[in-house]
Amino acid sequence: MRRRRPIGGLLVAAFAYAVAVFLLLPSLLVIPMSFGPDRFLRFPPTGFSLRWYAAYFTSSDWIEPTLFSLEVGLLTAVVATTAGTMVALALVRGRVPGRAAIELLVMGPVIVPTIAMAIALFLVFDRLHLVGTLFAFVLAHSALAMPFVVFTVLAALYRFDANLELAALSCGASRLAAFRHVTLPAIAPGVFSAAMFAFIISFDEPVISFFISDLDRKSLPRKMFEDIDYNVSPTLAAVATMLSALTALALIIGFLARRSTTARGPSA
Amino acid sequence: MKRPSRFTLGGRTYSPAASLALTAPFLLILLLAFLLPILVLLRESLFVPVPTLANYARIFEQPAYLRILLRTLRIAAEVTASALLLGYPLAWLMANRRGWRLALLLAAVLLPLWTSVLVRTYAWLVLLQRDGVINQVLSGLRLTNKPIGLLYTEGTVVMAMTHVLLPFMILPLYASLRAIPAEYGRAAQVLGASDAAAFREIILPLSLPGAASGCLMVFLLSLGFFVTPALVGGPQQKMLATLVQQQVTELLNWPFAGAIVGTLLAVVLVLVAIFNRLVRLDRFVGQS
Amino acid sequence: MSSAASIDISRLVKRFGTVTAVDAVDLEIPAGEFFALLGPSGSGKTTILMSIAGFDFPDSGSIHVGGRDVTFLPPQQRDLGMVFQRYTLFPHMSVAENVAFPLKMRGVNRADREKRAREALATVRLGELGDRRPAQLSGGQQQRVALARAIVYRPPVLLMDEPLSALDKNLREEMQLEIKHLQRDLGMTIVFVTHDQTEALTMADRVSVLDGGKLQQIGSPRALYEQPATAFVAGFIGETNFWNCTLAQPVAAGAEVTVTLDGGDEAAAIAACALPAGPARLAVRPERIRLGTAGLAGMVAEAIYAGTSTTLILRTAGPDLRVRFGPVDVLPASQTAFTWAPQDARLYPA
Repeated sequence: MRRRRPIGGLLVAAFAYAVAVFLLLPSLLVIPMSFGPDRFLRFPPTGFSLRWYAAYFTSSDWIEPTLFSLEVGLLTAVVATTAGTMVALALVRGRVPGRAAIELLVMGPVIVPTIAMAIALFLVFDRLHLVGTLFAFVLAHSALAMPFVVFTVLAALYRFDANLELAALSCGASRLAAFRHVTLPAIAPGVFSAAMFAFIISFDEPVISFFISDLDRKSLPRKMFEDIDYNVSPTLAAVATMLSALTALALIIGFLARRSTTARGPSA
Repeated sequence: MKRPSRFTLGGRTYSPAASLALTAPFLLILLLAFLLPILVLLRESLFVPVPTLANYARIFEQPAYLRILLRTLRIAAEVTASALLLGYPLAWLMANRRGWRLALLLAAVLLPLWTSVLVRTYAWLVLLQRDGVINQVLSGLRLTNKPIGLLYTEGTVVMAMTHVLLPFMILPLYASLRAIPAEYGRAAQVLGASDAAAFREIILPLSLPGAASGCLMVFLLSLGFFVTPALVGGPQQKMLATLVQQQVTELLNWPFAGAIVGTLLAVVLVLVAIFNRLVRLDRFVGQS
Repeated sequence: MSSAASIDISRLVKRFGTVTAVDAVDLEIPAGEFFALLGPSGSGKTTILMSIAGFDFPDSGSIHVGGRDVTFLPPQQRDLGMVFQRYTLFPHMSVAENVAFPLKMRGVNRADREKRAREALATVRLGELGDRRPAQLSGGQQQRVALARAIVYRPPVLLMDEPLSALDKNLREEMQLEIKHLQRDLGMTIVFVTHDQTEALTMADRVSVLDGGKLQQIGSPRALYEQPATAFVAGFIGETNFWNCTLAQPVAAGAEVTVTLDGGDEAAAIAACALPAGPARLAVRPERIRLGTAGLAGMVAEAIYAGTSTTLILRTAGPDLRVRFGPVDVLPASQTAFTWAPQDARLYPA
């Protein structure tokens, strides 16, 4: 049974698949290597061992930055999601004076190269002796994550029918109650996935972290950077593998959460 | 009846006062962590210790720094071109697939996108170092006697950066290609166009907006890229970002670092402005 | 190059997964005929058209155009014209460039193709709009340009996939006439897909009715209307009243027979095909039911005035019947009798 070929040759499709493999391969290669027992990374690994994972979990050099990054990430998720959701609401439902300026500001951290922000923040935090502090990290990462939160919540709000909120008002609910009982549950999955994205952005953020980390208070990416620069120890492979798994998991959860916004409406 | 307070959320939209209240935390954060620091840095580059353009002039007058600027522009252009060449076929393939095949291809693009840059750059190091995977495989197959130095070349930097930035090219291209109705391709075929002619005359022109977006994004990201050139490149591949890092962490030369950042920002803003004008002009072309 | 080609479709079968979209369809379309493929959505009419065009390859069967086997030929080599329902014109080209496109693909030089494009646009009375962009044209104008583009290279066959469905009513009727005139002047074979039976009946020389991938009937519009071969065709084309009944004896196709209607009355009808004794369905059109003093008993339940005609809902011993006649001054009395001529009613399987 002959089927219609799509436009273009098999050659182009083969090339495209090769590019897809090119995209995935390097990260995938690290995974089996992290389970190798040798002092130096070997491919293919000569055996199976969890010693590098053990090395990670037993080393305070690694655990402390990890905990710090987790703390920063969670706080960033809370701060960025709250502020970002409020802005999104104001942009969609509000009459905002200087709307164009606000929209430009939302795009700001996306257009401006991160290195520019990083240097500027380092200058300011250094002068204020805030380098390496939780406050500095959360502030910086929140600014960076904000655009993504706003875009995600905007998408959820556009999908949500504003008339439902009006219906609640006509039933006698106050504006705030209508928001809490009708709008919020409907956009909750979108808000949740925005929070996940904010967390990932903060947790994985390498550039700003590099500059505003201190000797004793550094983020996990900064620690990884140092490790890569000085010695490529297999512990790094274990960390890289775990990070990739975490990212993939967060991505899947965020994706599923976003899909459920369209699948169901506000809860009764 | 008492007039409702200005902060009451009344009517179909929120009042200006309430809207402003909603945007306040956002404004505060961006002011403190974005606007003010950048302004402080730029001020440093222009007014310390006296109002001067000398810091900016240095970039263009000193050959070493000019070389770095040109190298950054060149590498950014090379990365953009590679990303376009590699990304277009994949975006096209994705636009023509459905179901699980599309899901798989999307995963191949989205997973690297959301994986940490450090992890991906680290993977390249693992592949390319003197005792890395490629050298191991080559010596294992008896093709080489001693390890090849694959790192610290401009080609490696371009390849690694292309790998990291490829998703930013593919996604807008995919969106653009996906939006082209199937009827156009079919009409072209029925009217006698070969597959290649249909692509050249119909699909390609209609995908240009997506291609332009992707190229702009990849170019801008390449200009300010730090992590990959810092780890995969050596001193001969210094780019603007690594230069400014050196100025700040080793030399504490804030004014000059500010000038480099200022130059980078100027280039970025000019490009974005040009792009916006072009995109809007495009709409008028349709009306002429 | 001949001005028109015949189309021969033999035992065409096309499946999509578990669904059989086209089920062993045979069609013979002589050169120069205006042929309509009519049916509800999912009937297979679009799939047949796509197979003729070359966008779908059949699972079995063959397609010949002008005697040439094109079954597995790619679309660009079939030399057919085609007009789609929407997204027809290339948005990034001017109107003239759109019309000249097929000539460009055939290697015609710039001067010639610009001239021929202008001529084609003049044929559809849009000669002055060549420099505009498609977005600046109305829906009707866009379809006229699409038409010009499809005929500029004088293909022997023109395929049309519900080209008027997206237009509003008045425009549609105007375009129907335009297409008819075009075909009369240029003489090519046209295969026209539509779900609108009025459109098919007014435009086509012959119509094929499809349902569920199967061919129900092919014939002239009159034959389809006056002698529907199946209950589906009777119900799909025009309006029909259906009345379940019982046959005392088996009957041959075309024979006149008396049946017992549900409710007890007897009536006469022509059998559309050979039928066994037992349950059957009688079909009679609203305008063929005559009211008077003799016949079956009925009561007028409602009268619906619609300008050119009046429809009555008649309560009977069986189902409610719709009766239609031209404008009248006096409506029949509430209790009335109705009847029909035997050749105006047809019998179908139950």
